[in-house]
Amino acid sequence: MRGIVGYGAYVPYYRLQRSAIGAALGAGGGSGTRAVAAYDEDATSMSVEAARSLIRSFGRSAPTPDALYFASATPPYLDKTNANAIHAALSLPSGVFSADMVGSARSTTAALTAALNDQRPVMITASDVRSGRPSSADEANMGDAAVALLIGSDVDGPVIAEWLGGASATGEFLDRWRQPGWDYSRVWEERFGESIYLPLVTEAATAAFKETEISAGSVDAAVVTGMHARAVRGAARAAGIGDDTPIADDLSTEVGTTGSSHSLLVLASVLDKAEPGQIIMVVNLVDGCDVNFFRTTDAIADYAPHKTIESQIANGNDSLTYQTFLTWRGFLDREPPRRPDPAPPAAPPSSRMVKWKYGFHGSRDRESGAIHLPPQRVSVKGGNVDDMELVPMADVEAKVTTFTIDRLAYSLSPPTVGVIIDFDGGGRFKAELTDVEPDEVQVGMRVQMTFRRLMTADGVHNYFWKAIPVR
Amino acid sequence: MASRGIKDQVVIIGMGCTKFGEHWDKSVDDMLIEAAHAAYESAGVQQDDVDAFWFGTLGSAVSGLALSRALKIDYKPVTRVENMCATGSEAFRNAAYAVASGAFDVVMAIGVEKLKDNGMSGLVGAPLPDDGTKSQLTAPASFSLLAPAYADKYGVDRAEMKEVMARIAWKNHYNGARNPRAQFQKEVSMEKITNAPLIAGDLGIYDCSGVSDGSAAAILCRAEDAHKYTDNPLYVKALSFTAGPAAGPIDPDYDYTTFHEVAACAADAYAQAGVTNPRAEIAMAEVHDCFTPTELVLMEDLGFAERGMGWKEVLAGTFDLDGELPVNPDGGLKSFGHPIGASGLRMLFECWLQLRQEAPADRQIKSVTEGGKTLGMTHNLGGAPGECVSFASIVGSQPG
Repeated sequence: MRGIVGYGAYVPYYRLQRSAIGAALGAGGGSGTRAVAAYDEDATSMSVEAARSLIRSFGRSAPTPDALYFASATPPYLDKTNANAIHAALSLPSGVFSADMVGSARSTTAALTAALNDQRPVMITASDVRSGRPSSADEANMGDAAVALLIGSDVDGPVIAEWLGGASATGEFLDRWRQPGWDYSRVWEERFGESIYLPLVTEAATAAFKETEISAGSVDAAVVTGMHARAVRGAARAAGIGDDTPIADDLSTEVGTTGSSHSLLVLASVLDKAEPGQIIMVVNLVDGCDVNFFRTTDAIADYAPHKTIESQIANGNDSLTYQTFLTWRGFLDREPPRRPDPAPPAAPPSSRMVKWKYGFHGSRDRESGAIHLPPQRVSVKGGNVDDMELVPMADVEAKVTTFTIDRLAYSLSPPTVGVIIDFDGGGRFKAELTDVEPDEVQVGMRVQMTFRRLMTADGVHNYFWKAIPVR
Repeated sequence: MASRGIKDQVVIIGMGCTKFGEHWDKSVDDMLIEAAHAAYESAGVQQDDVDAFWFGTLGSAVSGLALSRALKIDYKPVTRVENMCATGSEAFRNAAYAVASGAFDVVMAIGVEKLKDNGMSGLVGAPLPDDGTKSQLTAPASFSLLAPAYADKYGVDRAEMKEVMARIAWKNHYNGARNPRAQFQKEVSMEKITNAPLIAGDLGIYDCSGVSDGSAAAILCRAEDAHKYTDNPLYVKALSFTAGPAAGPIDPDYDYTTFHEVAACAADAYAQAGVTNPRAEIAMAEVHDCFTPTELVLMEDLGFAERGMGWKEVLAGTFDLDGELPVNPDGGLKSFGHPIGASGLRMLFECWLQLRQEAPADRQIKSVTEGGKTLGMTHNLGGAPGECVSFASIVGSQPG
């Protein structure tokens, strides 16, 4: 049996109320909220959080994949493999292959298909940071998120959702496009796209039903998503899905259409609540139509997601202002303080310190037991030299010992909250606290680590870890 | 561990100090020439009489060549010195050991900084290539960590803590108003200080020392040669320097209410000088008030107040100009300004004036003129809480 062995989803903390757009511009916006990746997040950092969530969902140690694919329509780098940063953040062995499948949201389907057709355990992550020009439909209706799936066979861990097969239909048509460097995509007028998509949906669904010998009546839940809202609305019917078949909430009211991660995000939300023995039909409309069938197994009853999508939606913060949203997305070029531009991280030290910078490993002195962040060679207790072992600290919680609000430091979203945090079981770190309002911070607050993009300088993304409140 | 000291072996025979401030019209060379020549004149020597130089600057020049080029020094040793904000003191410390060794007879320690040419707000460092993971907290933010930790440990509520810090700023501005060399020469009211816009934590603009340009210099010789130059030398009794393991940000045992480096440094200085009761014996202290909570904590680390009681002593006026132990009588880093390479020497300059009874009347310390006290202390710190270096000197107008 082959299929989904594990999954993790990440919905960022911030939400923008759509009405804020209309209030500011007199156009655009809508109702509900959309999820917003913070100024210090991107498709790579969110993928790390989704993958960590996947790994932490295993009650025991998670199976190590043999390959990792990163799928995104908004990759932070071109000509540098973004997946390698995720590989490093998860401290995967160097023998694990990692590669990007990037370009459009259909890249996720490519990654999923490659994983499902492989013999080995394969992890895929999918994530986009999505926006559009102010007052556009994309701006209001898109959202930011990430999902990680571990695909494998029974030898890799109990399969919780068996893959039953599927089919595709492809056509070349101009519906949505973006040049590298553009902040937004352009779309053709939507009635054209609908007229092309729906026949492709019918074709793919028909072929998929035939190929798998599943009947429309035996589908227990349908996940219908895509990059053309109007076509998606007509897709269930075009696919021949029964009127009685529940169509999963596509999370567009609170989260939005999340591009590369959307199909898997909605699938994950179904799996969060699924019973064993349910057939799930996944229909995705991106430059064609791809249909896949999964059936949940008995093992899904024992799978406890580290964080359900519902809980992440409930814990969101919708007080984000529209001007902050525009600033974070680069549409408002605001006056910075008179401080030097940040310097990019240098390649050799970043490479020497990869287990710290990406993997957040400290070192523990064997003689005294003292934990050092960053890792050291000489122990701060007892002065012992070169008797250290690396210890992974990213999943250890900490408390705030003292803090400050720095209104002078350079930041993409000032002020900077600086905290001294002491980890459970030992170790101290001078960190930046993010996803928090300054007046929320108190001595004694519980925090956990999160992987973020600190800033970009000279085109180099500076990835590292920050702390966030435990919520 | 050996730290034997060179008590009374070395004296200062002359000093110079420029005004500190935003000197748009003066270059590094201009300020070096001004300070050096003021020191030569003060000591009654010529440049050729100086055998060796120690030149302190954090980031305004590179190599001893920068000094010899500016002053046109003919083929003498010039050591460029840097130890963060303790640079000026470090130049002095090394010059003193050199002349004590007998290798040279007359030496100069000179420090300079030109911070106002870069157009930035606040202090900026020159970053070295790294992995991008270092904390980017500014200097005010790093030192502001002291305040909530101190307040929490000693039961001082937030408003009271703000008042204590403001009182320190008020005192130093009061003193600076009486100092024609200071960057800021106006008294500032408690209300204005307390209500100033916040920079980091509860620190407002008046809780932070001035960013400025300036230079200061000292000329030293061995004590037995002092009489050739002056009847009124200043004796060096103690020179202490400690560099810590920077354990604060990695060791949960550090509580952000003290500078271990300073406590160790002060203890060594007192041992070298034979001081057993600093509060009673020291007439004045110039300390590193880069930020107001720093000065508060230093009062305890230097032994001027009991642990946890420093804040009460501040409010009681113990460290005011007319208090029991005047701290920063020249206005301190706060209102004199902090051109980094010069500050340690500027502190010694105030001791030079006060202990030899040459300070202006409106800030001359009474315990020196009337109370018979002869000792002064300078303290200079570089880095941040939990990760710093500390310098302390004790000087006096009399041997013994």
